[in-house]
Amino acid sequence: MLAILDYKAGNQTSVRRALDHLGIENRITADPDLLSAADGIIFPGVGAAGQAMDELSSGGLDEVLKSLIWQEKPLLGICVGCQILLDYCEENDTRTLAVIPGECRLFNPAWAEEDGTPIRVPHMGWNRVALKNGCALFNDIPPEAEFYFVHSYHPAPRPEFVIGVTMYGENFCSVHGRTGLWAVQFHPEKSGKPGLKLLQNFHAYCLEARHAQ
Amino acid sequence: MLSKRIIPCLDVRNGKLTKGVKFQGNVDIGDPVETARMYYEQGADEIVFYDITASSEGRGIFLDVVERVASQIFIPFSVGGGINSVADMRAVLLAGAEKVSVNSGAVKNPDIISEGASAFGAQCVVLGMDVKRVDKSEKIPSGFEVVIHGGRKYTGMDAIEWAKTGEALGAGEICLNSIDADGTKDGYDLELTRKVTKSVRIPVIASGGAGNPQHMADAFTQGKASAALIASIVHYGEYTIRQLKEHIAAQGVPMRTTW
Repeated sequence: MLAILDYKAGNQTSVRRALDHLGIENRITADPDLLSAADGIIFPGVGAAGQAMDELSSGGLDEVLKSLIWQEKPLLGICVGCQILLDYCEENDTRTLAVIPGECRLFNPAWAEEDGTPIRVPHMGWNRVALKNGCALFNDIPPEAEFYFVHSYHPAPRPEFVIGVTMYGENFCSVHGRTGLWAVQFHPEKSGKPGLKLLQNFHAYCLEARHAQ
Repeated sequence: MLSKRIIPCLDVRNGKLTKGVKFQGNVDIGDPVETARMYYEQGADEIVFYDITASSEGRGIFLDVVERVASQIFIPFSVGGGINSVADMRAVLLAGAEKVSVNSGAVKNPDIISEGASAFGAQCVVLGMDVKRVDKSEKIPSGFEVVIHGGRKYTGMDAIEWAKTGEALGAGEICLNSIDADGTKDGYDLELTRKVTKSVRIPVIASGGAGNPQHMADAFTQGKASAALIASIVHYGEYTIRQLKEHIAAQGVPMRTTW
């Protein structure tokens, strides 16, 4: 079973619909026991990092999450859920969870597309991910696959945590973390077949990790 | 590199897919859920649903359509029509839409844009604008005026100013519809599109007038639009979305061609 973290700033129902479609058992929950019993956790997020952090910390979920990550519970952060795994986000000058070293920055408005026009913000639409390192999340996903992004701030983790980058004026980090603790800036639940495959890959990893224990 | 988006627009009336020309004489042409799924399979990058039902009973049917779509297609879709309050926005977002489009509701009460953006995030709020060409005047210096009620009512607002206001209030995107071009299949209003894309830094969807793939390529290369809205060109089976994308990609416009 995968747990979808329940807090006010998430797009839990979209993730749930995608998992239901894949036939992956899932629960939307904030119960620490259920989170702990799950094979893995999906940490969704929409809106602003500051608001998301407030929602997490007011319920004590920030500490629950950190302790589960410490115990190597597999976790997949999506969009804002990807950003707030870092130390800090420029949006509302927010201190975030600090489980992956780095910060989250506003897109630089001086970045320009190939034809010289300045980038539009938010970065909204379909774009590719170039992997720096192999990543089990992307098993059997072709390199030309595109994913759906919608965000104005982008992750900038310490270089050794960068897994994949995306070109928008310049390359920014769109996938970061380490094995079993992954963060994706795009929305796999809204990225058609490649996105569904990525969620399936995450689930497969969670089952393997459980059996290895 | 960010791909340009192709977005089929489905007008829904009483739960049925419908199509009209210049907002007159609508005919029902199919089931919106099945049609949305077909476009998803064909590689649509996003889908827009527009509720043109007036009754509250029709609204319930429409929300049911949104929920059924959300459980079957896994690309973003937005919903517009009859959005006049934050409560209306919440209802369609809860039903599974990613984005909500405000049009005449925002003309009457611009604060709905900022309220929606702060409640759900700017990425959720699309400012839909219906625009008509008029004589340039002191009030309408661009010669493009915002209209509502399908073009029957002039608002006295300059389209360029309204686009900038919408951006400042927190809209994450603009869907720019030319009433003059809508249904003509003569191409998008490129002058209007370019004027608006020059004036704002948020993405702009060109809408109204697509009759062939070249029109769409022009909206991207000349109009600098981020996305192109289409309707009749695919609803009647003239082109598949893959055919449109292949034609446009051949001109060097970035398109998502694997799905």
